Amino acid sequence: MVFPEMEDIMGQMGNFTKIQDAKQRYKSGVIPYATMGYWEPDYQVKDTDILAMFRVTPQPGVDPIEAAAAVAGESSTATWTVVWTDRLTACEIYRAKAYRVDPVPNTGPGTATEAQYFAYIAYDIDLFEPGSIANLTASIIGNVFGFKAVKALRLEDMHIPIAYLKTFQGPATGIVVERERLDKFGRPLLGATTKPKLGLSGRNYGRVVYEALKGGLDFVKDDENINSQPFMHWRDRYLYCMEAVNRAQAATGEVKGHYLNVTAGTMEEMYERAEFAKQLGSVIIMIDLVIGYTAIQSMAKWARKNDMILHLHRAGNSTYSRQKSHGMNFRVICKWMRMAGVDHIHAGTVVGKLEGDPLMVKGFYDTLRSTDTKVNLQNGLFFPQEWASLNKVMPVASGGIHAGQMHQLLDYLGEDVVLQFGGGTIGHPMGIQAGATANRVALEAMVLARNEGRDIRNEGPEILRDAAKWCQPLRAALDTWGEITFNYTSTDTSDFTPTAVAV
Amino acid sequence: MRVTQGTFSFLPDLTDRQISDQIEYCLRQGWAVGVEFTDDIHPRNTYWEMWGLPMFDLRDAAGVMAEVRACRETHPDVYVRLTAFDSTRGWETVRLSFLVQRPAEEPGFRLERTEAEGRSIRYGLSAYAIDRPVGERYKSKQANAAQGDSP
Repeated sequence: MVFPEMEDIMGQMGNFTKIQDAKQRYKSGVIPYATMGYWEPDYQVKDTDILAMFRVTPQPGVDPIEAAAAVAGESSTATWTVVWTDRLTACEIYRAKAYRVDPVPNTGPGTATEAQYFAYIAYDIDLFEPGSIANLTASIIGNVFGFKAVKALRLEDMHIPIAYLKTFQGPATGIVVERERLDKFGRPLLGATTKPKLGLSGRNYGRVVYEALKGGLDFVKDDENINSQPFMHWRDRYLYCMEAVNRAQAATGEVKGHYLNVTAGTMEEMYERAEFAKQLGSVIIMIDLVIGYTAIQSMAKWARKNDMILHLHRAGNSTYSRQKSHGMNFRVICKWMRMAGVDHIHAGTVVGKLEGDPLMVKGFYDTLRSTDTKVNLQNGLFFPQEWASLNKVMPVASGGIHAGQMHQLLDYLGEDVVLQFGGGTIGHPMGIQAGATANRVALEAMVLARNEGRDIRNEGPEILRDAAKWCQPLRAALDTWGEITFNYTSTDTSDFTPTAVAV
Repeated sequence: MRVTQGTFSFLPDLTDRQISDQIEYCLRQGWAVGVEFTDDIHPRNTYWEMWGLPMFDLRDAAGVMAEVRACRETHPDVYVRLTAFDSTRGWETVRLSFLVQRPAEEPGFRLERTEAEGRSIRYGLSAYAIDRPVGERYKSKQANAAQGDSP
């Protein structure tokens, strides 16, 4: 909210002092958040503080410092006016403190974008309930995004202190144990989503699963909106998919899996579906992001208790993560989901059909997989993050990728990733098995070459062509899709050029 | 059928030169490489027999190759794999594992189905070769021919 009487003190950035005199501070009325104690440029961040960094676009006439303080206030203890009941509490501790405001590079006068600011805010750990993403987010993104004093607001990054991280289970299985259970090491895992995503009967659906697994994929996947519809009820799908999985295991001698989507309208129904998947011997189940943070945490606990890998499809995320000025960055979702306890999450392909700037995607992958992330402004990592031995999450690259990009995928994404070729498997001219084989051969040939010390980024196409000489399915895949690329400009891009100085 | 366990099973069987290159890669990463063998190829048979301990202090691929050859000579008709162990914090697990020998003939797996409640099926997977005693499960073609025994 902007009040005309405040305009005179909103002229110049940084011109605010916290009111020290209690009588004056708590006089009834409206005073700037920045003078209430929500702006403390000298604040010494504590090891146990939770930190958040917001991209703030202030309303015209609102000082960026005041906007930052307002965000700190509205995401912690403040309301729009002074309340005397603050004085019944240790309010100095519970107030979030904006402690740093930086102009965003390439915004403001003389650029195409109106002025934006990076606001750093510190929250005391006691503001949050242990082990609850719902409670954490109710503060951090609860009310503040609709707040009138800011024209737009985006949560860019967070730092979670070890003390708070340790109150979360983390990934039910993690990359290390997932690989040990599946007995698959040293290469990306391969998957595909059954297509068409809607309309197949259970029996026809299982056919796709069997063909793809037998042909060489490790996993097949339900799509996000396959739950229990008139054309295929969930139990039917589970039964046919597990027949396909078991047949493929017998045909190859490998462990195989199908992500059975347990997403449903209530927790009770999700538990029922998950129990049935377990009974049938599935190694993995899946949920959608749209079920909500609490439901995700519940399923993560269930998965840990029942030796199940938990795949998360990020359905819905682009509604709030794609645009640069408002919403939240996907790297924060990655952080929350690692805390919440999922084992897989879709995190971008760089080269596929969905949004994904290479630098940004690198930041997401580091957030999911590393034990200790360093500050890296280019990749959008504004805080260091020590992960306190929480398991690693396996990123999933899915959407418009094909065998002809294998060198780029391995180069950009590394080997701890699930590469999902849906159309790139099922749309193969020689059939689904051949499509799967083409992907598996391309992958193994590329890993072999990389390990031999070859420069796959440059020699990749040649490595693929050599493998295609003895592998006809791969030759057909390269002939069909070899030239397909998706060259669109990303909307969620880095604010920092490679020469930026790290803080 | 062709068992496709291990990292490179969709490629033609690796030559010793290619195996050696992969060992070099493992040693460059600081991983310890071990040789393991089995005649029980069930996908959930985790503990293959160890041909000695993982070679923790070895820095030369030729040393590992010598063990691979020795293992193959002693067990010419079973599965042999190389497994690379990483002791780094956050990993402490296998990082690469691939076959370096497979039997001349792979008879495949039997899939047993037992009807359970509802339409559920309990599946049991077993290699056809497992019905024979340890040490007699896979035999080379010549040995089979000599004994007049078909696999």
